[in-house]
Amino acid sequence: MFRFLVTRISSSLFALLIITVIVFLLSHLSGSPVDALLPDDATQEQIDSFVREWGLDQPLWQQYLTFLVNAVQGNFGTSLKWPGEDAMGFVLDRMPATLKLGGLAILISVVIALPLGIAAAVYRGSAVDHGAQMFALLGQSMPNFWLGIILIWVFSVWLGWLPTSGMGTFAHAILPAVAIAWFQVSALARLTRSAMLEVLDAEYIKLARVKGVSEGMVVWKHALRNAAVVPLTYFGILAASILTGSVVIETVYSWPGMGWVALEAIRGRDFPVVQAVIIAYAVVYMLSNLFVDLLYVVVDPRIRRG
Amino acid sequence: MADSMINTPQSPGLWAKARNLPLIPLAVLLIVFIIPAFFAEYLAPHDPYVPNLRARLQPPVFFGGTWEFPMGTDRLGRDILSRILHGAWYVLAVSMIGITVGVVVGTTLGLVAGYARGWFDGLVMRLVDISLALPAMLLALALAASMGTSFLSVVIVVGFALWAYFARQVRAEVLLLRRSDFVERSMVAGSSHTRILFRHILPNVTNTIVVLATLQVGIAIMLDASLSFLGIGIPRPTPTWGLLVSDGRDFIATDWWISFFPGLAILLTVLSANMLGDWLRDKLDPRQRQV
Repeated sequence: MFRFLVTRISSSLFALLIITVIVFLLSHLSGSPVDALLPDDATQEQIDSFVREWGLDQPLWQQYLTFLVNAVQGNFGTSLKWPGEDAMGFVLDRMPATLKLGGLAILISVVIALPLGIAAAVYRGSAVDHGAQMFALLGQSMPNFWLGIILIWVFSVWLGWLPTSGMGTFAHAILPAVAIAWFQVSALARLTRSAMLEVLDAEYIKLARVKGVSEGMVVWKHALRNAAVVPLTYFGILAASILTGSVVIETVYSWPGMGWVALEAIRGRDFPVVQAVIIAYAVVYMLSNLFVDLLYVVVDPRIRRG
Repeated sequence: MADSMINTPQSPGLWAKARNLPLIPLAVLLIVFIIPAFFAEYLAPHDPYVPNLRARLQPPVFFGGTWEFPMGTDRLGRDILSRILHGAWYVLAVSMIGITVGVVVGTTLGLVAGYARGWFDGLVMRLVDISLALPAMLLALALAASMGTSFLSVVIVVGFALWAYFARQVRAEVLLLRRSDFVERSMVAGSSHTRILFRHILPNVTNTIVVLATLQVGIAIMLDASLSFLGIGIPRPTPTWGLLVSDGRDFIATDWWISFFPGLAILLTVLSANMLGDWLRDKLDPRQRQV
């Protein structure tokens, strides 16, 4: 188990390192980083001190090291669009909003998808099963930004139940969280269904039934515990698509999180903030993957020994 | 006798095969996506770019509008239907070229890695892991901020999002194939590595590649649509579908049709592409059915 975790952590760190290389190279791709990272009306003095601070008169690999050392300390320079704001600090300020939305989306998708997938597997071939499969197919083909707009149309404009956009009360978070969760529900339900089908066929399930274990216990304890490993695999992907989803959905709902900042920064050509957002996203993503690995260990004893 | 009837595998005739074709998804895909992509110029009733201020915000037919603008017009008076039809070509081009990039890069690396093994295999698999661990959206954001956006940048993002799946799958199959009899005999017969790879191994992984590529069409279209919705896809004034949806975002309360129909086009296209992919997988590659 220890070796397993060490391998995972080191490969996460390696991937993170690659991301810093990509981000660093991209900031040089567009020409001089001075143009990308300083405002257009910077004085010669500012440029000189900037060049000295970031070692831009040094060879490329040394510049990268400087960048990396600064990045580790969270120093990505100051924002161009929001003057005086520290780039990373500004992004971190927005992070709780994104995490709140992502957490709610995960909660919604698990609460709906797990029972749906289990019911579809237990009542295989029934109306529930067909309904769940139709829903899964539809959910995976629906663009989430479009769904977001349609939800606003139906629930805010037409029915007037929920606010259209912005952040504030809990009601503000419902529509965006549902829009993000929609796709995950269909994917997760589909995976849960196929995993449960496989497990429900196993010998030890038959044995449990023969022994007279109640059907509820068989499904929810014996079968689910083993089937749960498969949906867990999906949680790694889930983190990625919630991240992607948050960029899109925060734009739809003007939810002031990291995704919204990223888009605003790109429109304002604010490269320090873009760099900070990408690295912050990557770190969140790697951490959530590590968390999934830990969950694996909890759920599946085979990994603990292997 | 009853046994033999059950057990004899029936070779289905052409008619039976045709009957099993998922006709509805195929028809939808043709009508919504492929035919418009190639014939938009002849099909579109209006010019998709030129504003017509006298026809601003016309509602669709059956919702108070006329047949002149079947899906209504946007706030500049441009016909929504014509814009969707003209956008299809760009959606098709981005997804097809992006998938081709993914297929070529992924297949080549997967073939060589699985065949050569050793350090190259290790390197490729490392890259696959990293690529799968990096959400394509992050690359898209970084590219948009540094290079600006263009057709090329979108294709790069799509290719980047997909290549690793092909590399991983192809490598796994090559690992099995290279130990098979026909490959070993070919080696004994003195075939060159190139010949073995491309004459003997590649034809055997083609089915896998085709199935995987079909299943990725939906993903590619969705990625392209998300990028153009965010304004980091193919730049204006190209009427890509994601951009058309975002055009109507602020008008949803009053003029719902601006966003509704382009989004419907995306939904129908991706849905039928996914259904076709599922069907093809069951036909060509039953082993992947569980995925």
